[in-house]
Amino acid sequence: MRTKITTYISGAIALAAALIWAFPVYWMLNSSLLPNTTLQSTTPQFLPVGGSFDNFAAVLSDGAFVQALGVSLAVTLATVGICLIVAFLGALAISRFRFRGRKSFILALLLIQMLPAEGMFIAQYKMMSSVNMLNSVLGLTVLYAAAVVPFTIWMLRGFVAGVPVELEEAAMVDGLSRTKAFLRITFPLLAPGLVASGVYAFLQAWNEFTVALVVMTEDQAKTLPLWLRSFIQASATRETDWGMVMAASTLVAVPVIIFFLLVQSRMSSGLVGGAVKG
Amino acid sequence: MTTQLSTPNPAKDRDRPDAVRPSKPPRSRARLLILPTIVLLVLALGYPVGWQLVTSFQEFGLKQQFGQAPEFVGFANYVELLSDANFWVVLGRSLLFCLLAASFTVLLGFLLALLMKRVHKSVRLILQIALLLAWAMPVVASMTVWVWLVDWRRGLLNWVLVKLGVDAQGHNWLADPVTFFITALVIVVWASVPFVALSIFAGLTQISEEMLEAAAMDGATGWQRTRHIILPVIAPVLSIVMLLQLIWDLRVFTQIKLLQDAGGVANETHLLGTYIYQAGVGSGSFGIASAVSILMLLITVGISWYYVRSLMKEEH
Repeated sequence: MRTKITTYISGAIALAAALIWAFPVYWMLNSSLLPNTTLQSTTPQFLPVGGSFDNFAAVLSDGAFVQALGVSLAVTLATVGICLIVAFLGALAISRFRFRGRKSFILALLLIQMLPAEGMFIAQYKMMSSVNMLNSVLGLTVLYAAAVVPFTIWMLRGFVAGVPVELEEAAMVDGLSRTKAFLRITFPLLAPGLVASGVYAFLQAWNEFTVALVVMTEDQAKTLPLWLRSFIQASATRETDWGMVMAASTLVAVPVIIFFLLVQSRMSSGLVGGAVKG
Repeated sequence: MTTQLSTPNPAKDRDRPDAVRPSKPPRSRARLLILPTIVLLVLALGYPVGWQLVTSFQEFGLKQQFGQAPEFVGFANYVELLSDANFWVVLGRSLLFCLLAASFTVLLGFLLALLMKRVHKSVRLILQIALLLAWAMPVVASMTVWVWLVDWRRGLLNWVLVKLGVDAQGHNWLADPVTFFITALVIVVWASVPFVALSIFAGLTQISEEMLEAAAMDGATGWQRTRHIILPVIAPVLSIVMLLQLIWDLRVFTQIKLLQDAGGVANETHLLGTYIYQAGVGSGSFGIASAVSILMLLITVGISWYYVRSLMKEEH
């Protein structure tokens, strides 16, 4: 009897916690569907009754949004590409070869991965400005790729190590060249790892704010997070069209949420390492 | 540039005569494989950190911005910083914020993980989905929502408080440093708890039900079971997530910067990250900004060392 009551109480607390954590996300969606006149009224409306997609239409027809979307997509995709190639080679090196300095290399990667962007961005700003690469998609991409590669190598090494070398060797005994054996046998087995790493790089580059704030100083070079920031800045001094801001945030967040759910478990196991045996 | 550097490797592999003997790989090949990583890291991180180290020993302010050569001043920047009361305030504030945020996050995450273990499967799934949603939110998108929630004109927070009988009509929570940091703390904890709760929950699933039941039958109370069975098993996870939170909460920048943008008093609400930004990009004192950055990197490496060593242990 007592256990039954505590189970109900636990259930109620758990549902309340779920409500708290999901609420901001819900509030974003709800506000994005409501017209600004409703949002500016004194009583909040908790359900998007009488809502529409007008706010989304307004965002999509905003030239500044389209421009920021272009910059964000270019930087993100380039980061994913560079990061996958560089990290794949690095992961291959540390999981297939035993070489002198291997341990220090891994140690350095893990330490670098912990370095805060805030401890380096002033110097990165000076460096980019000295080579005239402020506001350059390529410049930001290089900074992002370097920030993401260490953890990606760490994530990928498990996948590479998971493919037995014997499989590749057997294929070569059967007459395939090393390249062919790699492409036909190893690569397909690595695909899930590459997808997970690619999505991880995508999320990091798409969401990044700090470094972009420092290096992308001009309006036409703004990424989506920087563009969203301009609404927050504007809200300090004047009434904001919150419906449109929430629609914009939703557009930025939705691809992230979908991708995130795909790789979440792999990312966590990379971070907590051997502390949790899955 | 990096892509060009990295492409030759597979081609080289193909052309090498020894390529068909993978069991005895030449060491030089491994070096070739990590070359792109090293070039990228040196270019984008190594060079800036080196520049920062040099600049932290130089007089590098507005004059140097306009072309005057920087002058070496030894430890003058560090001395200036360490004798500046304002810097100590910022440092103390950052450490306090970091400790509070990390402790609340781990405590709440631990409690939620215990809760997930107790409740019915369907309730657990709802809670897990809610946590994942919050975790997945891009930080800037979630900040727009939080700024909208605490907006002093039409925000939901003030409406709820007024309904509860608090005189909060038109109150701007960001204008006062104390309520500014409470708001920031709530936002940072909200965003960090999901990772911690789900990681600890994954650790809890390693504890067998039989063991807990046996302990209960032997008369162990709930607290005793938590203390002697649950805690020892999840201690490694707890210490790792605590370390990660400490490192991440020390560098908190985006949330503070955006709350300042939304109406916070910047000068009274700086943490290390925004302080460096203000000194460097804001006022052009690159010497001072570099010195703070170097200190921040040193603190981070100090805290990270234990974490990195524990990750290395599984990598023989």
